[in-house]
Amino acid sequence: MTLSIFTGLLFFGSLTAGLLGALTGLGGGVVLVPLLTVFFHVDIRYAIGVSLISVIATSSGAAAAYVREGFSSVRIGMFLEVATTLGAILGAYLATVVHTQALAIIFGLVLIYSAVVSWQQKKDPAPEPQGHSRWSDKLELSGSYPGRDGKPCKYEVENIPGGFGLMFVAGTLSGLLGIGSGAVKVLAMDRVMKVPFKVSTTTSNFMIGVTAAASAGIYLHRGLVAPGLAFPVMLGVLSGSLMGARYLVRARTAVLRSVFTLVVLALGVEMIVNGVTKWF
Amino acid sequence: MVLEKGTNPETEHGHFDDRRMETIMGRLLQVGVLLASFVMLIGGVLYMRAHHGEMPNYRVFSSEPLRLRHFGGIAAGIKVGDPAAMIQLAVLLLIATPVARVVFALIAFLLERDKLFVAISSIVLAVLLYGFLRPQ
Repeated sequence: MTLSIFTGLLFFGSLTAGLLGALTGLGGGVVLVPLLTVFFHVDIRYAIGVSLISVIATSSGAAAAYVREGFSSVRIGMFLEVATTLGAILGAYLATVVHTQALAIIFGLVLIYSAVVSWQQKKDPAPEPQGHSRWSDKLELSGSYPGRDGKPCKYEVENIPGGFGLMFVAGTLSGLLGIGSGAVKVLAMDRVMKVPFKVSTTTSNFMIGVTAAASAGIYLHRGLVAPGLAFPVMLGVLSGSLMGARYLVRARTAVLRSVFTLVVLALGVEMIVNGVTKWF
Repeated sequence: MVLEKGTNPETEHGHFDDRRMETIMGRLLQVGVLLASFVMLIGGVLYMRAHHGEMPNYRVFSSEPLRLRHFGGIAAGIKVGDPAAMIQLAVLLLIATPVARVVFALIAFLLERDKLFVAISSIVLAVLLYGFLRPQ
């Protein structure tokens, strides 16, 4: 394969990953690494390095659209970024000691987990908030978002230590695997801290970029960001996710989401099987 | 920054400026990513011209050359017109974008005189700078 064909295929593959990631809400990063390793036979360490860069691009690129909606909370985001950035640094260090086949297996497990979470979101709406948390006001994390009738809906956050701990795990996975780990971030905010779903998803988008930036510098220093991969993949994922965000309203996401979830599940199984057979 | 006290009745206990802060930060991120994409595109086109006809191989891991891994090397590469260095500059710009967002939030919290969140943003910034500037 010559460079032009390889680069062209990479660009369109990344564009598709970004597009599907945005349309389904699973994020492009989660299929990018399997795409590069399974189909393009790229070493997983290169794939993770370039995926981290793309994750920052999609998170920042979508920012303006998310701000316009008026749901995100800069305070919840900043507070939890303490946990995710520390986790990301740990993850980037762990990446040097973990065997590459083990990385592939962990990645496969995260893919399967993301698919399962995506499945549950359809059936199971977020639980209603309950009780009163003293620390929510003390840490200035309580807030409000624009409700359907235009009136502000107030909310508080619960179980702050639980959410903070889970965010550390999300950050570690991000630094180790080069993904945004949006699924874990939304789980921590939506399910554990009882932050309203819309606030969780939009705030999570901002946090993804900051978290990835914490470990991306370390990957660059280690020589894991290959320029020849970085430009087609980053430009492809970014264009795909921007296109996806634009057509989100018109697309029939229910069918697409089911298909994409199956693809993610299959990629997860493939990565685990591949990792196990090559390792032993 | 202009503090528009009382113009937004939705917010309370001193958070009157948060919405405005987020709008500016959203723009900041957008401009950063646009700039990085532009540099990336130029670097990419030049890279394709320079390495035309080569066979790419990323199957086996070999670390990128040292000159493409730190500021000094990347800056020197750009001076001599190395397309790979230009792509790495775009990568640096991308990484700097969320960092700039945190710096901006820190300044905004300082203006709001919110000591707690000045401290929290400073911790996040310190962790980011550690990852970014830490010697190898």
